[in-house]
This record gives sequence, structure tokens and C-alpha cells, in this order.
Amino acid sequence: MLTKRIIPCLDIKNGRTVKGVNFVDLRDAGDPVELAKQYAKLGADELVFLDISATLEGRKTMHDMVLKVAEHVNIPFTVGGGISSIQDVDDLLHCGADKISINSSAVKRPDLVNELSNKFGSQCVVVAIDAKQIGDEWIVHLAGGTIPTKLNLFDWAKEVEQRGAGEILFTSMNNDGTKAGFANDALAKLSESVNIPIIASGGAGTVQHFVDTFKVGKADAALAASVFHFGEIEILDLKKELKENSIEVRL
Amino acid sequence: MKLVIIDYGAGNIKSIQFAFKRLGIDAILSNDPEVILSAERVIFPGVGEASSAMKMLEKSGLDKLIAELKQPVLGICLGMQLMCNSSEEGNTNGLGIFDVDVKRFSNAVKVPHMGWNTVNGLKSNLFKNIKEDAFMYLVHSFYAEMCQEAIASTYYELEYASALLKDNFYGVQFHPEKSGEIGEQLLKNFLEL
Repeated sequence: MLTKRIIPCLDIKNGRTVKGVNFVDLRDAGDPVELAKQYAKLGADELVFLDISATLEGRKTMHDMVLKVAEHVNIPFTVGGGISSIQDVDDLLHCGADKISINSSAVKRPDLVNELSNKFGSQCVVVAIDAKQIGDEWIVHLAGGTIPTKLNLFDWAKEVEQRGAGEILFTSMNNDGTKAGFANDALAKLSESVNIPIIASGGAGTVQHFVDTFKVGKADAALAASVFHFGEIEILDLKKELKENSIEVRL
Repeated sequence: MKLVIIDYGAGNIKSIQFAFKRLGIDAILSNDPEVILSAERVIFPGVGEASSAMKMLEKSGLDKLIAELKQPVLGICLGMQLMCNSSEEGNTNGLGIFDVDVKRFSNAVKVPHMGWNTVNGLKSNLFKNIKEDAFMYLVHSFYAEMCQEAIASTYYELEYASALLKDNFYGVQFHPEKSGEIGEQLLKNFLEL
């Protein structure tokens, strides 16, 4: 049976992991390759690397990083952040990325989703959507939740699916950073609105939150950063707990 | 061991090259018939859309060359699908090595089938030291139906052939190069066939 995926997310700036990563056994926790190898060994199903470099030079170091990750890591990984053209994607896939994720560039120019899926196949096109609940509505936001758009989360998700996205990475800005659980109602609705896999993101704090996002939120995968980086949740323990809750995982 | 990965412009082949590098093999990327013919092992990769990949193969004449290879050949993902009779993706003919057709999953399930799933009913030395219900990584919207040539099956919406074998031709729907240590075992087995 197809299993639910657990995905650690690593923020990368100028080719190095940022934010505190507090891993006991690592010589250099700032080295994305070492961290990725460690996560693969600990049972992560996939990895996401998010480039938050602000400069062009910072972005260029991303290619070297992707190449090194592909060389040393034997599980799939997605690269996101600052991708806005076919050329950007071509470069990253050539360096060995399995999937790429686009966010604001898709909002600004939706045809990009079609162009990428036609050229490289839907399987490698992840559309990341950041949304915030305002009143009864879920509104798509840009720039880390600071700029609202006119798009409704569910309409936008359906649109990107039709345009050829292979997967949706949905981050709830209301939940992100709270460690109070994922936005399961919105996730469940999203999962019913589209027929492509949904990655839940934003709000992971406890093992129970992951149980809930798979059972209540009907997510296909769950992404988190700090709970893994700080060892608050061990991936193997998490997966064992999920299994005990009758959620299929790869162990 | 001279191992050639057929490079016909289809998708991410770096990952496969790196996976063999981790096993100590420097794979050669080539579309040169002479280089391919002289290889001891051939990998036929593929990511993308079936009918356009088939067109690229026909244009270069690689379609005929691949079907006539005598050394062990491993088709991966779309590579495997192109070795079948036909595919519903772009309604294209395949190389006709495996006597089976490739169909699309219905919308009763999420498509693509993406993530880790088990392989069962394992036959052939390709799966040596790999246990029943081992997990492999898959990303695909089309599948080969169960058939005589199946040497592994996977369940998603229905039971389908996730690995095929005919003579010297092997095909796997999953990505061994992305399937952790078990995937590496399979690539090692392929080298030792």
C-alpha cells in the first residue's frame, strides 16, 4: 500500500542550512549534504530544500549544493525558492533535483505551471501555496504570508492541478510556527477538491499533530522543520507511532 | 564493468549516474550506437511524456537499437513503459519488448501515484536479497498491466506489474536510484546478473 510520507524541510542560504539545526551526531550541521544524509538514514521519505538566499550569487551556490546532495543522498528531494523560469528548472533538474517547487512565480504567471509540466512532466512540478484564513476565506499570500493576493486557496489549487502541477505543498500561515497542529479542516477540503497529492505544512509540534493531519486532514505527506532539526521529534519514533495509529508508513 | 546510460534527452539521469557512482561504477552517458552496443550493461532511463520520448528515440534510431541489444538492459520508469507494446500516454506505440500495454490510473485515486509503496511476488535474481513487501519509490500516472512477464507487482487502485523481465530485458516502474539502500541492492543485483 502507498505510504504516507514524512518530509523534513531545510532552509538554505548561500549554500548552507540556516536556523538552528541541533543535531547531535553531525560534524557540521550547516552542511546540507551531511544533514540530508543523516535524515535519509533516520527514515525521512523525501527532503525539501528551500533556497532563501537573497542574492544572485547565493542562488548560484544552490546548484553546487543540489549536485552534491544528488551525489550522496539516495532518497528523492525537491528544491524550491526563487525559481521563475524554464531555464531555472532545467538547471536544477540537470544538477539532480527530483522535483522543483514554485510559489509566487506561479501566481504572477500561471502559464509557467503549464510550461514546466509540458516540458519536464507533472511528476516534478510541485506548486507551493501559502494561505491565510481571513474570516471564512482562505486567501493565497505571497512573500512568506505578508502580501495577500485575490486568489482563494481552493480555486487556485484546482487551477494549478488543471495546469499540470503534480503535487501541492500547502502551508497554512495561521498555523506556521505555532506548533499547535496543522490546518486540518482546510487540508481535508483541499484533498477533496483536487486529485493530486497534498503535502501538509505549518504547525507541527507533536506526534499527535502528524496523526491528525493524516487522519483528519487527509494529507498524503507532512512537512516540518524545527521539530526535526531540534530533535524534538525523532522520525523513526514518529513513524512507529503513526503505524500504531493504523497509518501506513515506510519503516 | 562498462555501464552505459542511454542519454536521449529524457529527464533526470544524473541521479542514476550518481547511484552507480555510490556503487563504485563510473557510468557512461551516451546516445552513440557503438558505445551502447559495446556496453556490458545498459540502462534505459526516462522521465517525462511517453509519445514525445518515443519520437526522440525514433528520430535517433535508438528504438531499433535498444530492441536488438543482447546484454542485460534495465529500463527505469518511463524507460520500462516504452519497452512495452503501447502506452495510453499520447497514444503511442512502444518498443514491443514486453507483451503488455501501459494504461492510466483512473481518477478514483490520486494521480500521480507518488511515494513509497511495496513490491510483491518477487521473481528473478534482480531481487536477490530483497524481501517481499520491500519499499520502493515511485512517481507515475501510467502503469503496465499484470502479465506473464511480471517479476514484481505493486498495488495502487489495482495490482499492476512494477517489474518486468523478458530474456535480457528488465524493466522497473520504481526508481531504484531513489529507493534508499534497497534500491541500491537492486542496482547491484543488476550489475551481477
